[in-house]
Formats: sequence, C-alpha cells, structure tokens
Amino acid sequence: MEPKIVAFCCKWCSSAGADLAGTSRMKYPPNIRIIRVMCSGRIEPSYILRALELGADGVIVTGCHLGDCHYIAGNEQAKKRVEMTTELLETMGIDPRRLRLEWISASEGARFASVMTDFVEEIKELGPSPLGGVS
Amino acid sequence: MTAVDDLIRDAGAYYCIECGKCTTVCPIANANPEFAPRLIVVKAMAGIANVALEPDIWRCMTCETCSEMCPYNVLYSEFIRGLRAEAVSTGIVPVCSQHDLMQTMMRIMATPGIEQNRLGWVTPDLKIADKGEVFYFTGCLPQMSTIFRDQEDVNLLGIAQSAVKIFNRAGITPVVSNQEVCCGHDLNWTGDEVNFEKLMRINLDLIKKSGAAKVVFTCAECLRTFEIDYQDIAGDLDYELLHISEFVDDLVAEGKITFDGVEEKVTYHDPCRLGRHLGIYDAPRNVIGAIEGMDLIEMERTREKSACCGVSAWLTCDSIAKEMQLARMMEAVGTGGDKLITSCPKCQIHLRCAISEEMPIEREKADIPIEDFTILVANSIKAGA
Ligand code: SF4
Ligand code: SF4
Ligand code: SF4
Repeated sequence: MEPKIVAFCCKWCSSAGADLAGTSRMKYPPNIRIIRVMCSGRIEPSYILRALELGADGVIVTGCHLGDCHYIAGNEQAKKRVEMTTELLETMGIDPRRLRLEWISASEGARFASVMTDFVEEIKELGPSPLGGVS
Repeated sequence: MTAVDDLIRDAGAYYCIECGKCTTVCPIANANPEFAPRLIVVKAMAGIANVALEPDIWRCMTCETCSEMCPYNVLYSEFIRGLRAEAVSTGIVPVCSQHDLMQTMMRIMATPGIEQNRLGWVTPDLKIADKGEVFYFTGCLPQMSTIFRDQEDVNLLGIAQSAVKIFNRAGITPVVSNQEVCCGHDLNWTGDEVNFEKLMRINLDLIKKSGAAKVVFTCAECLRTFEIDYQDIAGDLDYELLHISEFVDDLVAEGKITFDGVEEKVTYHDPCRLGRHLGIYDAPRNVIGAIEGMDLIEMERTREKSACCGVSAWLTCDSIAKEMQLARMMEAVGTGGDKLITSCPKCQIHLRCAISEEMPIEREKADIPIEDFTILVANSIKAGA
C-alpha cells in the first residue's frame, strides 16, 4: 500500500513553493495531499493528531523560513506546537518521525520537491501507521 | 418510551417539586439568567432533536452543585451525560477546547496494539512492578504534562512521582503500567460512549492481570470514572478503589508514615468529582491535619458547597469559566494561606490558566501558588521514616 501523507502548507511561502515546483515541472511522489492554510501558525496539535487518526501515515507542516512569516511570528508558534506534538506522539507510542516540520519559501520549488520526496521515502521505510484509518 | 424519556426518569426529574433551588445555586444560571437545569428537561421532553443543538446541554459543568441542594436528589449531571450521548448519536459534534486535542488523543489511545512510552517519568529511585497488591493508576498525567508544558510551575509528572514515593516510603512497590490508557472520563462526558467503553476494557483487563487488590488514584476524575461509570457498565469490580488521600489516611492511622513538621498555612479546594460526586471530603483534610504545623484554613465555599473550576471535559471554557476561576482564586487568596491545595490535576490546570494570562484585576488579588495534594504529602513525609 502506498502511504498517505498530509502536507499542511502556508499560503504565502510553502504553497507558493509547491506551485513553483509544479509550474517548473519538477517531480515528487503523488502520496502528498496538500492542505493549504493561511499560516503555519494556524496548525493546531489536534489537526496533526486528527490527520493521523483518520489514517494518514505521515504529516508534514511547512511554512515560511523563521523571520519571514507573513504574519511576523506564526511560524514560531508552529515550531512550538510541532515540538509539543512530537513529544506527545512519542509518549503515545506513535513514531515521532511521522511528523515533520520544514521551512520552504516561495522561491524554493526544488526544495519543496526534494523535501516531499525525502519524507515519502522515510514514511515508506516506517511502514503503515499503527492507526491505519480507525474512523 | 424514548431514550430521552428514560434519561428524564433515571435522573429522577419527575420527582421535581419546582422549588427552584437548583437554579439558585447553579453557577451557570447565576451568570446566565437564560440557563436553568429544569428548562433543559422541559425542552428535552419534546425530543432529542429539540435539544441536540442547544448550547445549554454542553454548558452544564456537571458539577452537581444543583443535586447537592435538591430535596429530591434530581441528578441533572447524569441526565446531561445521557443527552450528550444521544445528541452525538444524531451526528452532533461537540466543540471542545484545545480544538478537540484531548478527545482525539483519547480516541487514539483506544486503538489496540499501540506500544506507548508513557513511563518516562519513572526515575531510577522510584520502585515499581508489573504485578502486585497495589495498582497505581496514573491517568493522563504524562500526556497532560506535555500538552501544558508552557504553563509555568505546573508539575503534573511530579504528582505521579510523588505518589510512587509515598508508596515506596510505606514499603509498597506499586504496579505502574505502560499499557494503561486514559480512563475515558472526557469521552464519556462528551457523548462518545463507544470509545469510552474501549478504553474501559483495556484498563480493566490490565488491572485484572496485575493481580491487584487495591487500585489507587491521584486524579479525582479517574476515580469517579472507575467507581461509578465502569461499575455501571462492567458490574462490581473485585478490587478496592481508593483516592490517594484515603490510602494515605489509612497509612497515617496505621503509623506507617509520619510527617516532618512545617510551618505552613494552606487552603483546600474540593474537586467536584472527588467531593460532590464521590463524597470524599474528610480524607484529604485528615491527612493535611496530620502534618504537624500545617494549618488548614477553609475557604467560604467548601466541601459540598465547593466552587467548580469552571471547565469539565474540555467543553465549557468561556468567559463564565474565567470569572469562576478568578473568583475561586480570590477566595483562596482571601484565606491568607500560603498555597492552594487541590487533588484534581485538571482543577489545577484550569485554575492556573486563569492567572497565567493578563487579568482584569490586580494580580495580587488572585495569585496564589497551587499545589497538588499528592505532592504536598510526599514533600512532608519524614525522611527515613
Ligand atoms: S451540574 Fe452544575 S452547571 Fe450543571 S445544572 Fe447543576 S449546578 Fe448547574
Ligand atoms: S432543586 Fe430539585 S426539586 Fe427543586 S426545582 Fe430543582 S430539581 Fe426540582
Ligand atoms: S481553562 Fe485554560 S486549560 Fe482549562 S480548558 Fe480553558 S484554556 Fe484550557
């Protein structure tokens, strides 16, 4: 089975990065389902857990590089929340490598493609999530 | 008879004599004149569709202040619990604070076969076992400690560590298990009976296998859930269920632990689950009283009349909750005590939350250190005794 991966991308940087990857015809695996949000700081720990609960094998949160957030510090908030969620996943017995945080700017189409390729590889190595779509 | 009729009957609402005491004492009714527990019953009589979307059925804190005053013991909390399950079965999704993080985490824990890592807090000096007489049920302390790691001074893992310290001092090696899951309290009170029962089965199997004769709790909600809700569904459990205050009270009476003298004035907040739901008022007070030099100064609203921390099952966090929390903290400051003691980790989280942000009043009026009962006890035990 191909892994299912949810990618939360912020509007201003990383989803523009995804567009650039697309318009430049760069390839990355089709396992990624992008959910565009206004800011990475919008991502609640519960959204990450909920994605996993619904059967995602991995979740990647992406935003503007630190210092470049369109809303000044949303990405710093995202960093704190992802760190907290990582610790929580560890305690709950879900491999924390299933959650990743990456900064990808609007000009980094190539980086978007390579980060996604790399994450899909890593999730394939980890195998299916123990939650495999409970609800 | 519909399910809602059954709920009304089981709550005893047909015995109501319309005296209005419940509304007079209900903290929500006091803040919101549109709210009255009886009104919810009246609306529910027209069927679940009539109330499923009513915010009131989600706003009640199930604190049981009303039932405590009711001459006919009408139990609105149980009625509300059942209504919520009915509402959920019609497709209603409750809105919980922290964006449903707690409930999602609990549902995930109900998935069988996940190997957790929940014992990171067990330091080498603490002795625990896989099998034995006494099972210490830690509840969600490890997870909550992560979720609230930004809350200053909150020491949730310290509660679990202190409990094991107390057991060890009394010569007991408690069973503490990595396979334990959340008791499911918050799912049960937000209408998810399916996952609640899954969690229950995992815990009951686990405790049975441990061979324990006593299960001890440091969380008021976990104890209420085992004592009332688990036994309601699974029948009588063949082991004793005790709050740590009851367990320590016995140890003190048997002379198995003694305390160092301290000069300290404290006040004690009765959590609704431990007090009104289970009637445990004396044990924590006896233990605090046994600590030489420790003075317990009661707040005005105490024991049966204790104030609620404002939030239950992560459902009811709003401006009313914040006002209640601040009022409670001010009451605690008013005693002139050095700290506020409570025996529910969530009371601590919610009360602390109110003073962790900017307040509409001067800070000194509501700022007093909060400490968990179990930590207070562990820190007061005589060294080497
Ligand atoms: S349980 Fe508490 S909040 Fe609910 S109706 Fe009774 S007094 Fe009011
Ligand atoms: S206190 Fe009891 S009897 Fe009186 S109105 Fe309320 S439910 Fe009815
Ligand atoms: S009082 Fe604070 S900790 Fe409690 S539910 Fe509300 S925001 Fe969360």
